[in-house]
Amino acid sequence: MRRDPRILLPVLSLALLLAAVFWVQPRAMSYFGINLLFNLAVPIALATIAQMFIIMVEDVDLSTGTFVSFVACVTATFLVETPLLGSAILVGAILVYAALGALIHARQLPAIVVTLGMSFVWGGLAVLILPAPGGAPPDWIRWLMTSKPPLVPMAIVASVLIAAVTHLLVMRSAFGTLLRGVGGNARSVARAGWNVTWLKAAAYGLAGLFGVLAGMSLVGLTTSADANIALRYTLLAIAGVILGGGEFTGGRVSPVGAVIGALTLTLAGSFLSFLKLSPDWQIGAQGAILILVLAARLILRRGRAAA
Amino acid sequence: MGEAVSAQSGVAGPPPAAAALVELAAVRKHFGAVRALDGVSLAIRPGECLGLVGHNGAGKSTLVSLLNGGLEPTEGTIRFAGLEGPGAARRAGVRTVFQELSLCPNLTVAENLRIPDHDLAGPGWRRRARAAVRESLAQVFPGHRIDPDDTVADLTLAERQMAEIAIGFASGTIPARLVILDEPTSSLDAAIAEQLLAHIRRFCARGGAVIFISHLLGEVLSVASRIVVMRDGLITDERPAGAFTRQGLVAAMGHVGSVAVAAVRPGPQAASGEVTVETPEGIRARRGEVVGLAGLAGHGQAEALKRLYLGRVSGWQASRTPAAVFVAGDRVRDGLMPLWSVRRNLTLSRLVALARAGLVDRAAERSLAEDWRSRIGIRTADTADPILSLSGGNQQKVLFARALATDAPLVVMDDPMRGVDVGTKAEVHAMIRAEAGRGRTFLWYSTETEETCLCDRVFVFRNGRISAELTGAEITEERILEASFEMKEVRP
Repeated sequence: MRRDPRILLPVLSLALLLAAVFWVQPRAMSYFGINLLFNLAVPIALATIAQMFIIMVEDVDLSTGTFVSFVACVTATFLVETPLLGSAILVGAILVYAALGALIHARQLPAIVVTLGMSFVWGGLAVLILPAPGGAPPDWIRWLMTSKPPLVPMAIVASVLIAAVTHLLVMRSAFGTLLRGVGGNARSVARAGWNVTWLKAAAYGLAGLFGVLAGMSLVGLTTSADANIALRYTLLAIAGVILGGGEFTGGRVSPVGAVIGALTLTLAGSFLSFLKLSPDWQIGAQGAILILVLAARLILRRGRAAA
Repeated sequence: MGEAVSAQSGVAGPPPAAAALVELAAVRKHFGAVRALDGVSLAIRPGECLGLVGHNGAGKSTLVSLLNGGLEPTEGTIRFAGLEGPGAARRAGVRTVFQELSLCPNLTVAENLRIPDHDLAGPGWRRRARAAVRESLAQVFPGHRIDPDDTVADLTLAERQMAEIAIGFASGTIPARLVILDEPTSSLDAAIAEQLLAHIRRFCARGGAVIFISHLLGEVLSVASRIVVMRDGLITDERPAGAFTRQGLVAAMGHVGSVAVAAVRPGPQAASGEVTVETPEGIRARRGEVVGLAGLAGHGQAEALKRLYLGRVSGWQASRTPAAVFVAGDRVRDGLMPLWSVRRNLTLSRLVALARAGLVDRAAERSLAEDWRSRIGIRTADTADPILSLSGGNQQKVLFARALATDAPLVVMDDPMRGVDVGTKAEVHAMIRAEAGRGRTFLWYSTETEETCLCDRVFVFRNGRISAELTGAEITEERILEASFEMKEVRP
């Protein structure tokens, strides 16, 4: 058997953490409890998927957090007051992402620098739109994010949906395979006659699309926006991709793993709250979980290599 | 197809009348001042297997890039089954298997078919890709152990090359009509390579065409129906394969490599030095000896070298004279710093010695690089040029220079001559012998028996263990093959 069981570890980590949460707080084991635990996971999962598209083509996006904040501000203002203009801004933002991907490839720029620069642009725009916290989500987004499907909470339904759709897109579709090929060996993809600039633009465009979805869903949950609402997402998203079995190089990513990684990181925060630890410790704890999982992955791989 | 077969029934006769798959007319390709191709006319017809030989820098790679549509000619025209322009090569069914392995390691074998086959998409594409790859693998390499769903990264080097070749021949939306194989057997052992040659013959008999590029002249002579010799961007000789002999080919390429082979035979003094290497597997080497590791590819030679090398040099502190140095065969994985210049790649092993107060002495670095450039004949205008601007053989020379520039008493070489031309090989062989004369010990794993025969002592590996130790006059191709295959013959 030569297939890598890389999805096993994220699943295991999530299950372990969930068991710990239920053990500390048995009342969380309910429709309402689970919804509460995972509510904020939906925008994080979407942002993680956005980051995954960038990591898939061997780049890193340092502007995820400010971009999601920017989208949240647009969603809470323009999309409510002038839906047409609001939609146009969001579509425009996706196109900007795609253009960045093309630029980064065509001019061989380091993505890390370009996206770091863009993070200030998105952040600045967000402050211009919403200097003070405020705004309100469009009703339909609010309705969507707070709806209560029977049996399974919305957060879980949405996570499964996101994982399934992106898995089909990235792992199964011919186009997604080509995009992963760019991460694996861009030179041979180019030599086979493909336009890698366009492919990179497509990957970045998809990242932009999922960033927009993340911002919109976030406003649906929080009911108002703020220019700094999602700054943490940049690192959370990177951590989520890596936790989910992805690697920074070589186009090795797993959409299902990325969603699970995002859920794990969200849950880590809730777990610490249940332990009555101050929120100040949460980031540190998330880091500790990341290190633990990565260490476990390394040990597992060594074991496999030795076997 | 029936017509093509009948037209090809007389292999050695005049070219069949069928329309050319690819036709080059007075093609030139210049890169700035460099004339990579300087007026090449060539036609490839169905049923032909064209052997293409020439030393590194002769223009073979450029010709391949033009033939598969990767480059546009500076002058002249290329017509693919009557078509011209971008994409014509692909639509005419031209497939290329490149010299360095160029699959996407993160994808499965079947998914890799998606990269060359642009129209492989839509519902069920994975099933079709799997079926096509499985069928092709079974045809080219019967008895292989590759599953189309294996991730390429988990395959061995030889299996990757097999997968890549199978993808080249696989049926696709556009059937393969001309397959260009650039050094396809560099990582394959003799038996697997023979399977490939047999498949090429079948493919051509069915009306397909193959361009076969190899430094193993025996393979070219045995499989090609016509051989084209290139030198300095020109076709200098072109004959039916039967009209060439091995010596004739080497001479046509402009090198006298085989003369050097006899000259470097070991002297008796080599055996008298003290034993400097002794491993648990049983490899023993004396001071000043060139010790070869032989056997079929993947039988534990590379692992033995790796264990020995890492065992000697792993430590926190880099030293001025390392206990051992390593010459990589898999240049991309183990050797090159792809973003660095020729100079920095070359001087890497000497950084500690080149440093003054922790800073690299640039002038000393430059003079060291210049010294080795002239000593080993690295063909580059400036050692500050990026390493990837060199041809494969010259990149390999840089790696040799990197190792030899140190004072290390032990040089470990992991099949370092892969894809290196005959002339370079002869130069490097002479240099190895000279360095051994100065008291260095060489451990040399090679997949080419001819090279192994140059050694003072040879250990033949089989199934991860040493099956024979040969010295001096015992080292012959027959003895090595015998020791590599023995078990398989004994079995009922």
